[in-house]
Amino acid sequence: MHGRVLIAMLLAALIATPAFADRYVISVLILVFYFAYVGQAWNLMMGFTGQLSLGHSLYVGLGAYVAAGLWLHAGIGPWLGVFAAIAVAAAVGSVTGWLSWRFGIEGVYFALLTIAFAEFTRIGFDHIDMLGAAGGLFLPVNAEEAGQWWNLRGGPLLFYYLALALVAGATLAVAWLRRSRLGYQWVAVREDSEAARALGVDVFRAKMIAMLISSGMTAVGGVFYAFYHRNLFPGQVFEMGRSIELILAPIVGGLGTVFGPIIGAFILTPLGEALIAATERSGFNAPGTKAVFYGAALIAIIYLVPSGVWPWIARRLGFSEHRQ
Amino acid sequence: MTTALLTVTDVSKRFRGLTAVDRISFEVAPGEIFAVIGPNGAGKTTLFNMIAGVIACDEGAISFDGARIERERPDRIAWRGVGRTFQIVRPFPALSVEDNVMVGALLRSHHLDAALEITHAVLRQLDLFDKRLHLASTLTLPDRKRLEVARALATQPKLLLLDEVMAGLRPTETDRMVGILKEINRTSGVTILLIEHVMRAVMALASRILVLHHGARIAEGAPNEVVRDPAVITSYLGAEAL
Repeated sequence: MHGRVLIAMLLAALIATPAFADRYVISVLILVFYFAYVGQAWNLMMGFTGQLSLGHSLYVGLGAYVAAGLWLHAGIGPWLGVFAAIAVAAAVGSVTGWLSWRFGIEGVYFALLTIAFAEFTRIGFDHIDMLGAAGGLFLPVNAEEAGQWWNLRGGPLLFYYLALALVAGATLAVAWLRRSRLGYQWVAVREDSEAARALGVDVFRAKMIAMLISSGMTAVGGVFYAFYHRNLFPGQVFEMGRSIELILAPIVGGLGTVFGPIIGAFILTPLGEALIAATERSGFNAPGTKAVFYGAALIAIIYLVPSGVWPWIARRLGFSEHRQ
Repeated sequence: MTTALLTVTDVSKRFRGLTAVDRISFEVAPGEIFAVIGPNGAGKTTLFNMIAGVIACDEGAISFDGARIERERPDRIAWRGVGRTFQIVRPFPALSVEDNVMVGALLRSHHLDAALEITHAVLRQLDLFDKRLHLASTLTLPDRKRLEVARALATQPKLLLLDEVMAGLRPTETDRMVGILKEINRTSGVTILLIEHVMRAVMALASRILVLHHGARIAEGAPNEVVRDPAVITSYLGAEAL
């Protein structure tokens, strides 16, 4: 039970943070929340169901472009547009899942297929003139819309609390799913799909549901991304590097755990920011310096706690219910 | 006999040139413990996997509880009430013993509380209750074998298919497993079809035995008749069994 108290205290602290943190800290925390959120979505696929997607930028991008496009061309605000974004991403996700799992494409081949889908979508969007094509899509900043939170126009605080709410909601949903019938089926599929099948688990259905939820959730992150950054380039949002970026937090934090993606995001995003600051201050900011140190830090963390930081912390705090 | 729970009729399976199972027919009555024995490569596991829906038979029919199942998927067959174990145990290693069994229990009870109740009852039956919070990967082989049975049993099957659950167990562990299976059969009335090499267990458990050799049936009947059958002795049990 003291775990719940700890979480409540952490949440209260994060709600209170803007009262005494400066703009820079707020902007870093928004990034942390964003990566924690999309990390939760990706973790449903890989951490719970054991399906490695290396193309989740596809769903971020689709969510972003659908909501931004609806807003620019039809005047439909993001709070409505998000539903269209979820629907489009989930539809594309289910096509990807259906094509692979119906035809027995598993493991690394599935991963390759997810990359392929993200890549050809990127190339496709490079040619959709209505959405700015390769030149990018920009959400204009009009003075009269300032402060219209219902159009996701506002200062950092709006996005801070929105992102915090997304993470909190996603974490609750994931925690609930993990302890649901579906959640048990997911981990059974991850551990041994043949044995799961023998226990009556419809493996294809379980994977498809994971894909639907994960892609739909990720698209919500995309809508956030679009209205926070207010510019979209296919070469940036759909790029494979973006997919890799969003899987690091759950891997470092702990695959298949509810708090792993959050812990991972809290470690990696500030680490990246600190490295930028350090390389700038030291004057040693040749291109790629940050990436080298970031990579070294990742290697060190994964070497020290191979199953993730959160399981390690949980053991230290006595939260782990398993006896080794 | 129309009351049979499982009816296998003229089932065959060929792998390239090799006939693994050759026109096998048998029936298992509700509540019975039925054993399939035979030397390695006799086609026991192939037969077993056809009943469980893992491999499709080339010919023949399999009926379970009044329905044809030879073209159904393994999860549908499990849903109909066939629980199975694997010859080489396949626990979910990163899950606790309890969570392993929960996956099975959730097949029929959609509520976690109800599933947990079933899980605990099954774990007590299989002597695993005290280890319910251990990770499955940390269990010893005898414990894993019992976990395999617990998981299948948690699906509340009408028919329990056991694929060499005694293999690799010491005699005391074998006797323990025999005792548990007898008790389960007696109290819940679940029908058991087992493939087994350990004759000590087969003789203690089975009410009827089917003997396979090179995919074909060479004998079927009560245990004490089958072990005295000359064909069984020469092909499987060996002369020393006399």
